[in-house]
Amino acid sequence: MLMKYDLVVIGAGPAGMGAAIIAASHGARVALVDENPVPGGKLRGQIYKEPKSGWWIGEKIARNMENKIKQLGVPCFLECEVWGIYPKWKVMLNNGEQLESDFVLIATGAAEKAIPIPGWTKPGVMAIGAAQVLANIQRVKPGNRVAIIGLDVLSLTIAYDLKMAGVDVVGIYLPPLNAFSSDKSNPLKMIAYLSSLSHLAPNPMLKLLGKIGQKESVQKLGVNYYPPFGMRVWGIPLHLRKAVVEITGNDIVEEIEIATVDRNGQLGRKQEKRISVDCVCISGGLLPLVELASAAGCECVHIEELGGLIPLYNDQLETTQSGVFVAGNSTGIEGAKVAMAQGELVGTVISDQIGLVKDGPELIKKAKEKVSLERKNAVIKFHPGLENGREKLERLSRISEVNHY
Amino acid sequence: MRIEKHPILGYIDKKEVRITYNGVDYPAFEGETIAAALLANHIRILRYSEKGKKPRGIYCGIGHCYECRVTVDGERSVRACVTGVKDQMKIISQGIDADEI
Repeated sequence: MLMKYDLVVIGAGPAGMGAAIIAASHGARVALVDENPVPGGKLRGQIYKEPKSGWWIGEKIARNMENKIKQLGVPCFLECEVWGIYPKWKVMLNNGEQLESDFVLIATGAAEKAIPIPGWTKPGVMAIGAAQVLANIQRVKPGNRVAIIGLDVLSLTIAYDLKMAGVDVVGIYLPPLNAFSSDKSNPLKMIAYLSSLSHLAPNPMLKLLGKIGQKESVQKLGVNYYPPFGMRVWGIPLHLRKAVVEITGNDIVEEIEIATVDRNGQLGRKQEKRISVDCVCISGGLLPLVELASAAGCECVHIEELGGLIPLYNDQLETTQSGVFVAGNSTGIEGAKVAMAQGELVGTVISDQIGLVKDGPELIKKAKEKVSLERKNAVIKFHPGLENGREKLERLSRISEVNHY
Repeated sequence: MRIEKHPILGYIDKKEVRITYNGVDYPAFEGETIAAALLANHIRILRYSEKGKKPRGIYCGIGHCYECRVTVDGERSVRACVTGVKDQMKIISQGIDADEI
């Protein structure tokens, strides 16, 4: 069956819902597609302590947005996957529906980079984000005793989430050095990384570590003096000189085996001691999901600081394919508030292009300012070089051309 | 495994339904995913790999890796992590029988 809309939004996370609400409230006919049974995406699992206003609960914000979408009568295609996207523009769903529209927003978010570790296919090993979904959205403990492998903003945040949920987090460890672990298995690089977090470190120990990590010579000292038993962050042991080299168990996860590593991450002797756990979470970092943008023919560029391969887009978030927009983590890894503001910008731009708003340029200017403001106020920065990455993208987008069918 | 009372998110307020997994009856909450409902009942093994018959469970939790695929009411390879439970849903693990594709 073929259905016609002004805008088809793929992905009902903060970016997609933000766009759908704005466009629909200006009178656009919008359809929203998501593969989950409920809209909200990863927003539903996010809990932050804001410096001024206290707890920020993603679940509440997602529910409000969902209610608005219902009030506006936006049709939601839930538990539906997009299997194809063709000019200009047809969005094919796995259930056989075909959605036609002049504008498409790809707001598919991100997935996690995998770091393979011996034993990682055993039930009980999961990506760190899965643990957050289970604990904060589904309200089920991913395990009773959990080890975390991989140190980054996401794993530190979720370690805290798990602790709040009553999970015993036995420690945060490095992954073993392999083709996929990159800097994450290198203690020196991880100390430097921690130092980049010092401005948002919610803990005096991390702040101290941040100060230590400012000079390279001091960084080396920092690793050498790093206590072999780890350092406790929110009561969770943070190990920068230990890697989990194997995950063992009969059918499901039972133990992790640990080795000490030198300051560059090279493996030393294996420890006799094994630690018993029932769940292991691996954090390899986030990766923008660009398959659909790529399938639609959008030009993509690799910008490490934004998470890897991303579609090229202009200051109105339109890709190199006219009518195809992107917002949220598929434009680069940033927080939910930035994603929401980006979605609202896209909703405004498209409403203006359809001719639904009178003061388009003024509304667009305001929407852009909101994106900048959310970026400035972000409590979490996923990559220390985010601003650099954004500048690279802006330079590249100025020299690219939009393809009009 | 349920987080009945969360310090920030409060109590769980959901309606109980019944599901079966490999023929055994279990309680679940309306609106939660199959993967979460089974884990809440201490079930981690969702299928067995085709070649080595090795157990597999939840991995990515967002429908990308397809490690958690199960048979639901006769339909094969449904992703347990992005599919909501429904009352009387019959869920079966895959990869046990030798003649399975």
